[in-house]
Amino acid sequence: MSQFLEISGLCARIDADGQEKQILRGVDLTIPPGEVHAIMGPNGCGKSTLSYVLAGREDYEVTAGSVTFKGQDLLAMEPEERAAAGLFLAFQSPIELPGVNNANFLRTAVNAVRRARGLEELDAVAFLKMAREAAKSLSMAPDMLKRNVNVGFSGGEKKRNEVLQMTLLQPSFAILDETDSGLDVDALRIVAEGVNRLRSPDFSALVITHHQKLLDYLVPDRIHVMAKGRIILSGGPELAKKIDQEGYTKFLAEAA
Amino acid sequence: MNAISKDMSGPLSSFAQRLNDVEGAERQAAIGALLRTGLPDRHVEAWKYTSLRPLSAQEFQAPPAQYDAAQAKSLLDNLLSQHDAVQTLPRIVFVNGRFVKDLSLLPEGMDVSFFSQKSLTVDVQASPDRDPLVALNTALVEDGAILHVAKGVDAGRMLLISLGVAGDTAISFHPRHSVVLEEGARLCLLSLSAGVGPYFHNPVTEVTVGESAKLYHTTLQTEGMQAIALATTYVQVAGHGVYNSFALGLGSLLSRHEVHARLNAPHAQLHVNGAQNLANHQVGDITSVITHAASDCISRQTVRNVLDGHARGVFQGKVLVEQVAQKTDGYQMNQALLLSENAEIDAKPELEIYADDVRCSHGATVGALDDDQLFYMRSRGVPEAQARHILIAAFLDEALSLIEDETAQEYCRAMLAIHFSAERKAA
Repeated sequence: MSQFLEISGLCARIDADGQEKQILRGVDLTIPPGEVHAIMGPNGCGKSTLSYVLAGREDYEVTAGSVTFKGQDLLAMEPEERAAAGLFLAFQSPIELPGVNNANFLRTAVNAVRRARGLEELDAVAFLKMAREAAKSLSMAPDMLKRNVNVGFSGGEKKRNEVLQMTLLQPSFAILDETDSGLDVDALRIVAEGVNRLRSPDFSALVITHHQKLLDYLVPDRIHVMAKGRIILSGGPELAKKIDQEGYTKFLAEAA
Repeated sequence: MNAISKDMSGPLSSFAQRLNDVEGAERQAAIGALLRTGLPDRHVEAWKYTSLRPLSAQEFQAPPAQYDAAQAKSLLDNLLSQHDAVQTLPRIVFVNGRFVKDLSLLPEGMDVSFFSQKSLTVDVQASPDRDPLVALNTALVEDGAILHVAKGVDAGRMLLISLGVAGDTAISFHPRHSVVLEEGARLCLLSLSAGVGPYFHNPVTEVTVGESAKLYHTTLQTEGMQAIALATTYVQVAGHGVYNSFALGLGSLLSRHEVHARLNAPHAQLHVNGAQNLANHQVGDITSVITHAASDCISRQTVRNVLDGHARGVFQGKVLVEQVAQKTDGYQMNQALLLSENAEIDAKPELEIYADDVRCSHGATVGALDDDQLFYMRSRGVPEAQARHILIAAFLDEALSLIEDETAQEYCRAMLAIHFSAERKAA
């Protein structure tokens, strides 16, 4: 196992209304254990596609390249196997599950992952205690565990619920797809603190964002700029400020 | 008398011998009606989507006097053991359409009698002339429960149970039940059915809800998978009365749950909700005709179907608003989840409105499981089969939450969970 997560030459396309559209055009990216990396880039550059491909969404067809995660061929695994292996995707637009109780769903997910990891399943009492504490640390209203998954949640509540799921599933690698979008400053801070609490030598993250603000709270080890389906530039945390001040256009022109 | 059997063709010929032996004026009149129309085929509008051809496949005998008592006991235990609250409830148990005292636990607080003890009186609601299945029931009925709750009495909760126990020979039974709630009375009734072997269950139930009376009626159909179950229920609701019903269909090769309800006086309320979960080659038909015959009445109908394999669901819902029925508030919705390419739903919602100041809406949706939802759950580590199951259960669970009586709701939930786990084991 050379690296924790290694993406090389990744190409992917989607079939949109009968037209095949190439979105990823050779992504190379390596994330070592314990590091938080950020991806920035203009709309439509392929950031979300990358996150979906890594999580195993079937609408995307990988046409070339490889992804190894802890030495395993990630692309050969089912979405649930990836989750069990320690990958977590915080959705940009979390999905509503009408009729599915949030606490029950969380427990089902946590126990499915624990089972796959060879750990003992949690009973309802032990789980609820853990879930309540985690929800409290994210300043979530207690009744959010009793409601249906994401149904009737505000944008901010949905994002917190994603971080709650992440906290309970204890991933070793999390992708946060624009988790900051639609959050006010207070919510942003709470969400960022939630992620920071998970930071450890055994936890890596890939943060997809448009805004520098999140990166103030969640200082990344590396920043990558993505354009037209490729990583065109990588650098330290100072890159975020430069992008914020100068916009993407200059970087895109330089890369072209 | 043999002349009659010559006139019987199609599905009706499966009952020819027994119909030949029928005596009594009312029964003869019913046979007369049957001979005029026969059992309906698919040219009859109300039966366009559901074929009675399976009835022609075999001859249905009268149930023999003896049945496998151990099997009946085991069916009953299966129904009662799944929820603590139902075990001790009063119950009236029929096996093959005949009341069995030893298995029953008669309720207090109401009058209970049986058709077998009375001369057959045909209620004005169920008319053999209009409905051939009622005619067949009238001709061949042997028994049935007659429940009468007196004015102002809260009769609590009780079970009305039908068990079908057939051996190698196909049998049919045609019970006739009657439920009358007088003014201000209240009852929570759970009608349960289960069975094994080849049989045809053809019950007719007549319900009268008096002024300001409330009947909460939950029907759970878990008939055997070789069974044909065609149930017809007639309901009339008086002013400020409530008939709040839910029918959950899980069993039978072929089933039909048909309700004719009439809101007779202002401020009557009607809920005819339901759900069915069908697989393999099951056909389940939910048909209703709701008549608003007075002003200021409310009717609600939400039906959810989950169809897998080659299963077919049928929903026919007609709401008729008569000219006098101003300020009617009607709502009807049929939703179907198709789990396989070969599953099918036929939905026919109908509004017929003669009043001008009403609020009526209806709709129908058909869909498959949502890929985004499935991926979301799988990305949280939930295996695909389990994720599918959670979504299916949630779809039905939202319907079950419409069951007003909490015990009945919990019971249906428990029975559905058992049905699912059996399905999964078989898969």
